[in-house]
Amino acid sequence: MSEEQQTGDGAMTVIGVSFGNANSSISFTGSDGNVDIIANQDGDRSIPSTLAYVKEDEYHGLQAKAQLIRNSKNTVTNFRDYIGKQFSEIDPTYSHRSAHPVENAGKVGYQLDVLPEEGAEPKFFSVEEVAQIHLRRLRESAEDFLGKPVTGAVLTVPTDFTQKQREELKQIATEAGIPVMQIVSEPVAALLAYDSVTYGAFPKDRIVVVADFGYTRSDAAVIAVRGGMYTVLATAHNYELGGASLDETLADHFAKEFEKKNGIDPRKESARSIAKLIAECEVTRKTLSNSNSSTISIESLAGGFDFHSTINRLRFEMLARKQFDNAVSLVEDVVKKAGLDVLDVDEVVLVGGSAQTPKILSRIEAIFPETTKVASPSGKALNPAELIARGAAVQASLIAGFEQSDIDESLQPLVANAPHLAKSVGVVTADGSFVPVLESYTAVPIRHSAVFEVPAEGGDVLVGIYEGEREIVTRKVESIKEDKDEEDDLDDEEEFSDEEDEETREKVLKPATKLAEAVVKGTKAGGKVEVVINITADLKVSVAVREVGSGAVRGELPAAEVQK
Amino acid sequence: MAAVLPSAAPDAAEFTTFGSLTALVPRAIEPLGPQYLSHARRVLRGRTWSEDERIQSELNVKSVEDVDGDDEEEEEEDPAMLAHDPKEWKSQDHYAVLGLSKYRYRATDEQIRRAHRKKVLKHHPDKRAQAGNAEDDGFFKCIQKAMEVLSDPVRRRQYDSVDEAANVAAPSKKSKGNFYKLWGAAFEAEGRFSKKQPVPTIGDENSTKPEVDHFYNFFYNFDSWRTFEYLDEDVPDDSDNRDHKRHIERKNKAARQKHKTEDTARLRKMVDDCLSIDPRIKMFKEAEKKAKEQRKWEREADARKAAEEAKKAKEEAEKAAKEAEEKAKEDREQAKKAKESAKNAKKKNRRVVKGAVKDANYFVEGTASGAAIDAALSDCDAILEKIDDSALAEFVKKLTGLSDAGAIKAVFGETAGALGGSWKVVA
Repeated sequence: MSEEQQTGDGAMTVIGVSFGNANSSISFTGSDGNVDIIANQDGDRSIPSTLAYVKEDEYHGLQAKAQLIRNSKNTVTNFRDYIGKQFSEIDPTYSHRSAHPVENAGKVGYQLDVLPEEGAEPKFFSVEEVAQIHLRRLRESAEDFLGKPVTGAVLTVPTDFTQKQREELKQIATEAGIPVMQIVSEPVAALLAYDSVTYGAFPKDRIVVVADFGYTRSDAAVIAVRGGMYTVLATAHNYELGGASLDETLADHFAKEFEKKNGIDPRKESARSIAKLIAECEVTRKTLSNSNSSTISIESLAGGFDFHSTINRLRFEMLARKQFDNAVSLVEDVVKKAGLDVLDVDEVVLVGGSAQTPKILSRIEAIFPETTKVASPSGKALNPAELIARGAAVQASLIAGFEQSDIDESLQPLVANAPHLAKSVGVVTADGSFVPVLESYTAVPIRHSAVFEVPAEGGDVLVGIYEGEREIVTRKVESIKEDKDEEDDLDDEEEFSDEEDEETREKVLKPATKLAEAVVKGTKAGGKVEVVINITADLKVSVAVREVGSGAVRGELPAAEVQK
Repeated sequence: MAAVLPSAAPDAAEFTTFGSLTALVPRAIEPLGPQYLSHARRVLRGRTWSEDERIQSELNVKSVEDVDGDDEEEEEEDPAMLAHDPKEWKSQDHYAVLGLSKYRYRATDEQIRRAHRKKVLKHHPDKRAQAGNAEDDGFFKCIQKAMEVLSDPVRRRQYDSVDEAANVAAPSKKSKGNFYKLWGAAFEAEGRFSKKQPVPTIGDENSTKPEVDHFYNFFYNFDSWRTFEYLDEDVPDDSDNRDHKRHIERKNKAARQKHKTEDTARLRKMVDDCLSIDPRIKMFKEAEKKAKEQRKWEREADARKAAEEAKKAKEEAEKAAKEAEEKAKEDREQAKKAKESAKNAKKKNRRVVKGAVKDANYFVEGTASGAAIDAALSDCDAILEKIDDSALAEFVKKLTGLSDAGAIKAVFGETAGALGGSWKVVA
């Protein structure tokens, strides 16, 4: 990292960079604490991670994406996932319509025609070089906007990025003139952005599913938020699901329609026909997220014929049903992987451009109970396509004031790895129900308190400290619709939701293991009792119970253990 | 509302333990967010939860104290000021009303805000009502007016522009005392109007010339934000007499312009005055004069030195020429002498040679006939004619000491052979 800039005037210019496979975003936190996404020179806030060469001219972003139609073999896109990988490890599915990845001296790269002379040998660009050019362009856009050199950045990567890939990305970014302060996981960054807008510095304790529907891939993660700290419980990935697969579905549909009209299949006609069709399908899909129907019109799609058609949202949703099923099963999988039930999930945050598809939202809402809040794309602050970049900017502004050595120190496993409570710890109240003081998945050391009321008449109060257990109670509901159900049996669509109506499932917290009992003597009528549970780093558990305004009853539990 | 706890059996022990927690699961916390930073701080500094809370709250308290902790004594409130008519707010000293008269234009917004709060707490009509004089809220209005003016950056500048109490009168030219102290205060007060900050200070007797020059240049090219709107006559806001209103506006504008011009002229005169009696300027002038003389002397010294050197060079050149001439003369004489001696030597040699011919009895046996003598002598003459000086000397050297006619003839023969030509006898 460049020294003189750091020590220059002391003021740090830090940005957040979300480097996606298909699109990237840059963001910064303004002096008023508001996060803004920076538009590049073309005015795009979502900058396609695409690079194209026409002879020696270099194109980037949307301009490069336009080259996919005419100049696909010199256009590179969807290269982020190749960083730090061997040729044998990469999946070039999404490079079919752009420059193909090739292997050269053990490195993945592309042969691009960048020399001005006719018939010159194509030049080899490694993925690292391409990424470096892309990041440099992003940095230049940010610097143009901010008017100051960038002195630090937080980059985001998917949860399945290996340590090697992270190191590689850090190196590339540094070479592109972006001093990397920290590399963070995409879902957690998105959640941080969501929380900082929704809850401020102290987010509510809850279990969140972050579902990221991108262009080429979709990722989901279950994250426990405890005391403002985020712990990833499980992650799941689907490399075939995303905007690209939805576009493909639309393209198939329109291609069939075109073939019926003109007798030519544009998918078999030429690479250019496919590129044109896909590009327009992407526009159509995005339009369908906002309106009920959309038109598509492509000049000279294949065989010199123009193509015009319309499609409504319902039709699209039927066509893409398989993709939506995949989206639902991705979320269900990740919840299962975390060893949880959908009832345990308090909130779902949808991330990524494709999450703006209304059907994805409604299908995911359907699998969760009504108590689960599904954060739908709404408002500027919560644009799902920008959440990750926003989170990176929030994190960047948080650590901007620290020395790089302090940041690195805080990232050590010693700090980041901590034992987490397996079960919640709480108090049993008069009616026998369990009220947690410490939720499960809480990292220790922790100190938390809760306030309880004493019985109306006061006197001696018993505080039973228990470990809680979550139980799913299934309760049959006296279905009045049972007869109706049989009539509607043929209607497949309806059956699913009706079955849900038959029984309700409920999450109940029950006291499981008794840990301790404390007695507060002689409380006043209408008084309050505070229970403080403190678990230290060496796993000593101490409990202090006191009536608010008087001395405490203290006790210690036998020290806990960490699972091997 | 919080849940209700059960009652305890009367004989229950205070604290009983039954079991321990289920084994904890090691997991990685994502290193993100404000709370993670606190967590990292706790772990890295080895603090417990409560310790960290205490240390952080201490830090917070400290920073709050920094903001709020001014225990400075309050200024005396002048009874005349307390009795000021709030309608005449333009003539009141807003800083004095808020008790900031020692700060004036230097007061920060924060100080003003705090001073206002303090004064409001003290003079609020409700407080006064408790004291029994409820009707008297004139000074409270003054406070509000002062805050109104001073909290608005534009109006505050307008007030600062005409804040006489912050002005420091320029000392007269004849005033005695410390020049730097007297004028420095005046210029410092003047400097508050500069758009360019920081303003250079007058310095002291040790200031360098560039510093002093910069100071005067700054004030000669003074870029002032001083405006005189505050002195405007109130423009009537009734719409029934627009002409009158416009007349007043014009008058105000002209008055502002006039004030501004006067102010510029005043400042200029002040700088002129200061410059004219600045001891450093005198000092610099003297120093410059001295330096000039010094330079002149140095320059002349150079000339002197050059002349001296030229003279010396000339003398040397003359001397050298003379020596050369003498040497040439000597050489000539020497050459002449050598020539003469060479001539003498030649003559002598010739004599030796001729003598040798005679010694060799003209290269014949017995008595030499006249013809033989002639032939021998003519050969000898021919040899002597042909031979050069060095060969002659060699020849003579060979002949010297020889008395045997044969040997002499052999030498002659050899020499003649070397010379070539036809010989009658010697060959």
